Amino acid sequence: MAINLKALTDKEARFVGGHRLCAGCNEGTIVRQVLLAASDYEVAVLNATGCLEVTTSVYPYSSWKVPWLHEAFENAAAAASGAEAAYKALKRFGELPADKKIKFIAFGGDGGTYDIGLQALSGALERGHSFLYVLLDNEAYMNTGIQRSSSTPPYAWTTTSPVGAAIPGKVQPKKNIVEIVAAHGVPYVATASPSHYIDLMNKVQKALSYEGPTFLAVYSNCNRGHRNPTELSIAVSRMAVETNYWPLYEIEQGKYKITYKPRQPKPIEEWLKMQGRFAHLLKPESKPLVEQLQKWIDEKWELLQKKEEFSKTL
Amino acid sequence: MKVALETNQLMAFAMKQIEPHVVAAYPITPSTEVVQEFSQYVANGDVRTEFVAVESEHSAMSACLAASLAGARVMTATASQGLAFMWEMLHIASASRAPIVTIVANRALSAPINIHGDHSDAMGARDTGWIQLWAESAQEAYDNVIQAIRIGEDPRVRFPVLVNYDGFTTSHAVETVEVLEDEEVRKFIGSFPRPEVNFLNIEKPASFGVLALQDYYMEFKRAQAEAYKNVKPVVLEVAEAYAKLTGRKYGLIEEYKLEDADVVLVAMNSAAGTAKETVDKLRQAGKKVGVLKIRLFRPFPIEEVASALKGAKAVVVMDRAYTYGGPAGPLFCDIAAALTNVAQRPLLGNVVAGLGGRDITMEHVEHMFNLGYKALERGSFEPLVTWVGVRE
Repeated sequence: MAINLKALTDKEARFVGGHRLCAGCNEGTIVRQVLLAASDYEVAVLNATGCLEVTTSVYPYSSWKVPWLHEAFENAAAAASGAEAAYKALKRFGELPADKKIKFIAFGGDGGTYDIGLQALSGALERGHSFLYVLLDNEAYMNTGIQRSSSTPPYAWTTTSPVGAAIPGKVQPKKNIVEIVAAHGVPYVATASPSHYIDLMNKVQKALSYEGPTFLAVYSNCNRGHRNPTELSIAVSRMAVETNYWPLYEIEQGKYKITYKPRQPKPIEEWLKMQGRFAHLLKPESKPLVEQLQKWIDEKWELLQKKEEFSKTL
Repeated sequence: MKVALETNQLMAFAMKQIEPHVVAAYPITPSTEVVQEFSQYVANGDVRTEFVAVESEHSAMSACLAASLAGARVMTATASQGLAFMWEMLHIASASRAPIVTIVANRALSAPINIHGDHSDAMGARDTGWIQLWAESAQEAYDNVIQAIRIGEDPRVRFPVLVNYDGFTTSHAVETVEVLEDEEVRKFIGSFPRPEVNFLNIEKPASFGVLALQDYYMEFKRAQAEAYKNVKPVVLEVAEAYAKLTGRKYGLIEEYKLEDADVVLVAMNSAAGTAKETVDKLRQAGKKVGVLKIRLFRPFPIEEVASALKGAKAVVVMDRAYTYGGPAGPLFCDIAAALTNVAQRPLLGNVVAGLGGRDITMEHVEHMFNLGYKALERGSFEPLVTWVGVRE
């Protein structure tokens, strides 16, 4: 099941250029990687309202060479439920060939996943619909202009968590969506980053090998919102992994496995300093905040390793 | 075949006969039993339907829409807050030309919270682009839901349909109803006319729910507006075919003793029955009164309404909902608009009654007709809107 990059380059692209994603946006890269990894399957794509949706379906153009459906912001998972229900019913009624295999893949941003779409996602996970939900986590509402979400990291600047003399950006923690999804008991949950594309594509294939709901949380740099040069977008994603801010791991049938361990994890400053949204943290007086962030990351990493160790005993 | 069932159970029975591919629904009083009874048919293996017990009405309509665009025949049921919660998706479903049939046991909207019948829910959905059929009785609700499938799915139409009947007054009433055999229903509705462009057509992939900005949005909406012109003739065609099958004939409106009526009351759903009884009583006392019942509320049958009311001297429109801060009740505004270009307009007045399940009695209806007679004496309705059956 290992990814054969050479073989994949011969596959016809199912997400094509001409879309209006910003230069340097990670989303197009991630979607191409996901759909390439899914190339053994016929797929139908659902898309929550967001950057990916508005930039790839500007009438009369479309970047999608697979069936694609956008309904609204909060309901990609509910739409996936309906599409999958129709697929099952039409087979049962004999109106779709019994051997027809379609995989449903839903894409949503952090707004559509952590926040406004959390209920629909939870419902679909609990009901056990067979679909892969891919979270494109750029850590704020980028489509409406960089407003904070529950995925925005602590102390990040956004337009609704501005940095001021009284408040240093977002003061709340980042919600742990991976654990929330995993708590539904679904067969496969993983994190990924476009910088580690073999890992990402392997995880897509693993997810698609399961019947039932699966979830892939992908870190997605947004150079407009994170305030970094366009050419560094993959480098920022890589640094998120190398600092253990965004560890790469999977929870397969309840068992944790870290799929990439940085040899020497970099200090969080290395990632912070690449992005203008953290510029205020680089001032000497912000040192306690950076230390707090580092502590949070270290503790998270420690706990993850313990979960991995414990999983080996299961 | 005759059956005696609660209307909600009857609706579930109709759904069993229709056997849609997908039902995605969330329970809400007073339509809960529709979903509940239907899930029993699914559990018993009486239908092959995929039943999705979603976690909210918003997700119910979202799932229904995706299933419909995937080429499935789709139904759901809701009421009140549930329909209100679907509101965003109602617009998207109609603009996506998804012929979903939604059964609504009409109920008041919060606040204060109230589980009983009025028309606030469906009136809140009147600009969402859904076809709306309304029913006076269990029999009409049954007949409407069978016809709704064929109306909505007609390739000339392809719009979703709300099938309305009053919460509790009708939803929980047991009536003896004439029903069709399963085979007759399936033959009447036919198989789902699946468009070639559908979400499960991998071979010819299409993008649904695209972005259209200043350069194209208005053409999309103009095309949608144009398509409603096809609805009325199809509703009448389907009614004709249904009459051949059952002997029960429906129109867009029902005219009750209007030929020589001086004062006409316009009503919808169960109150139309009370109004007809009252007309019979008042006619015995020599009063020339009649009732106009609206069956097809959306698209609104302007010409038929204008023609039915043009001989009347005074028209009282009964609303079981209100437009707060608006000129009058929602049905009144439509009736008034329908009469705009009628040369000799009757006097027009509005009554608001039966909110939150407040009974509408024959005495109330008699009072409504009297308001019409008073207006004829005075030359106008003063005030334009009168609340009936309320402690002021």
